[in-house]
Amino acid sequence: MLAEGLRKMFDKKAALDGFDLAVPAGTVCGLLGPNGAGKTTAVRILATLLRLDGGRAEVAGHDVAREAPAVRRQVALNGQQSTVDGVLTGRENLVMWGRLYHLSKRQAEVRADELLEQFGLTDAAGKRAKLYSGGMRRRLDLASSFIMRPSVLFLDEPTTGLDPRNRGEVWREVKRVVAEGTTVLLTTQYLDEADQLADQIVVMDTGRVAAQGTPDQLKSKLGGDRIEVVVRDADELPVAAEVLGPDAEVDPDTFRVSVAVADRVAALTRVTSALAARGVEAEDIALRRPTLDDVFLAITGHKAVSEVRA
Amino acid sequence: MRYAAIDSWIVAKRDLIHWVREPVRVFANLAYPIISVLIFGLVFGSAMNVFGGGDYIEFLLPGMFGQTIAFGIASTIMMVSMDADRGVTDRFRASPMSQTGVVAGRSIADLVNSSLELLVLALCGLVIGWSFHDGLLNALLAFALFLWLRFALVWVGIYLGLLVKPEAAQASWMFLFPLTMFANTFVSPELMPGWLRVVAEWNPLSSTVAAARELFGNPGVGGDSWAAQNSLLLAVLWPAVFVAIFWPLSVLKYRDLSR
Ligand SMILES: Nc1ncnc2c1ncn2[C@@H]1O[C@H](COP(=O)(O)OP(=O)(O)O)[C@@H](O)[C@H]1O
Ligand SMILES: [Mg+2]
Repeated sequence: MLAEGLRKMFDKKAALDGFDLAVPAGTVCGLLGPNGAGKTTAVRILATLLRLDGGRAEVAGHDVAREAPAVRRQVALNGQQSTVDGVLTGRENLVMWGRLYHLSKRQAEVRADELLEQFGLTDAAGKRAKLYSGGMRRRLDLASSFIMRPSVLFLDEPTTGLDPRNRGEVWREVKRVVAEGTTVLLTTQYLDEADQLADQIVVMDTGRVAAQGTPDQLKSKLGGDRIEVVVRDADELPVAAEVLGPDAEVDPDTFRVSVAVADRVAALTRVTSALAARGVEAEDIALRRPTLDDVFLAITGHKAVSEVRA
Repeated sequence: MRYAAIDSWIVAKRDLIHWVREPVRVFANLAYPIISVLIFGLVFGSAMNVFGGGDYIEFLLPGMFGQTIAFGIASTIMMVSMDADRGVTDRFRASPMSQTGVVAGRSIADLVNSSLELLVLALCGLVIGWSFHDGLLNALLAFALFLWLRFALVWVGIYLGLLVKPEAAQASWMFLFPLTMFANTFVSPELMPGWLRVVAEWNPLSSTVAAARELFGNPGVGGDSWAAQNSLLLAVLWPAVFVAIFWPLSVLKYRDLSR
């Protein structure tokens, strides 16, 4: 999957403004950005649902503008909302999509049963989908995307609005289909989700790529692991800062001093004994890996708006 | 082509299953015309005049058929806008299915639904004293005209449904109600004030209703205007005009990838 200089205008406002992307086959790319960054727009363009105003894109070896039907045969899209039909049973939903992908009735039924099995929905196959939990509905949605074994799968915010348990279930299924060789473009507002699932993360802000790399690369941009000391008293802050060295960052509000370290455990021992020698009793000393929240803040200059999850 | 037929059927079947499994909505849709027939026919009936004479219930029933057909567009708009809003339309579009199938399926489901409504309403009418007097063939022809109008309205409904959000679709009643009343459905246009009378006479719904009255042999047919005298012709033409305008518009809107 390849995109170069994608542009898309909505009423004179650019939703995508020179967006580039390259996703090697068989890998997962996480498109990370706050609400309104242009993630859905990018996905819809790559899935041939929106016309481009500029740039070009190729999916599964076909140009999305000129060879849309060829692209459609190879991709599946799981939109932001669930397209599961609540009045139909889980199995009927899958058979319906199978038929719409032009399988025969028999083939569609066989495939539906296979998928129900794979996605752990066999027991609920005969129940109307509106009685399913949010996670089950998402899994059914995912299953319906897999009817034709697409080579590219688009997942637009697959876990938005799910509770942690259901998110875990969806993650497990995504990992499973990736293991089968599908290329996945996943959008998310959740940093831990991209961290969990993606081989490569593209951070998006207002229609452009703000940064990209593997989760580890992005984290190392912040200088790798940090050691963090919390002291009991503001008076002790200068001493702690001295122990941590000239690069230490001091946060007087939370009595916190931190610095990037390379040698993790050795640094921890060194700092602990140095503090003890100077008579400073720390409230807390910890090694902390930077989270993708830190990455986002550092890259875009503003905080990622992660909503409270239901 | 074969796939277009299969796709249409699959899409239509989805709606039909909805109606069978959640019949509350179907009953609610049916209750309104039945209650109206009873209220207008039996309660107001004695106070209503049919221009040119005749029984009011005989006059009313074709008007009720017409209103039911016209109200059907609200359900088309609703279903189309809900599919679009829920992302189902996107998935249809991102799949290799035939694009005609989506809209053809919609028409089939809506026509089946409307036929059922007409049938129930006609049975109800027969019970309270409505009848047809010019033979079964003409009566069936009249119903065919209603369904022809319904088919045309499917295309209008698809276009409007792709245009508006489900919340706005709910408000379509506000416009439909007067549109079906400023017609010959409940009152002869001859009894209306000047400008309203012109509107009522040229209202496409009036043409179908007037043509049906003629075919059923029900009272209240005719009038001075050209529209009233050529209702049969207009009952065929008006829907054809709608189809000619809204078929391409819907197809364009559907293909309009920048939505
Ligand atoms: N159909 C549309 N019409 C007008 N503006 C739109 C449309 N779709 C998206 N936008 C605008 O484009 C920007 C990007 O939206 P979107 O791609 O949905 O972001 P995300 O999925 O990252 O939340 C937003 O400012 C949004 O308001
Ligand atoms: Mg979005």
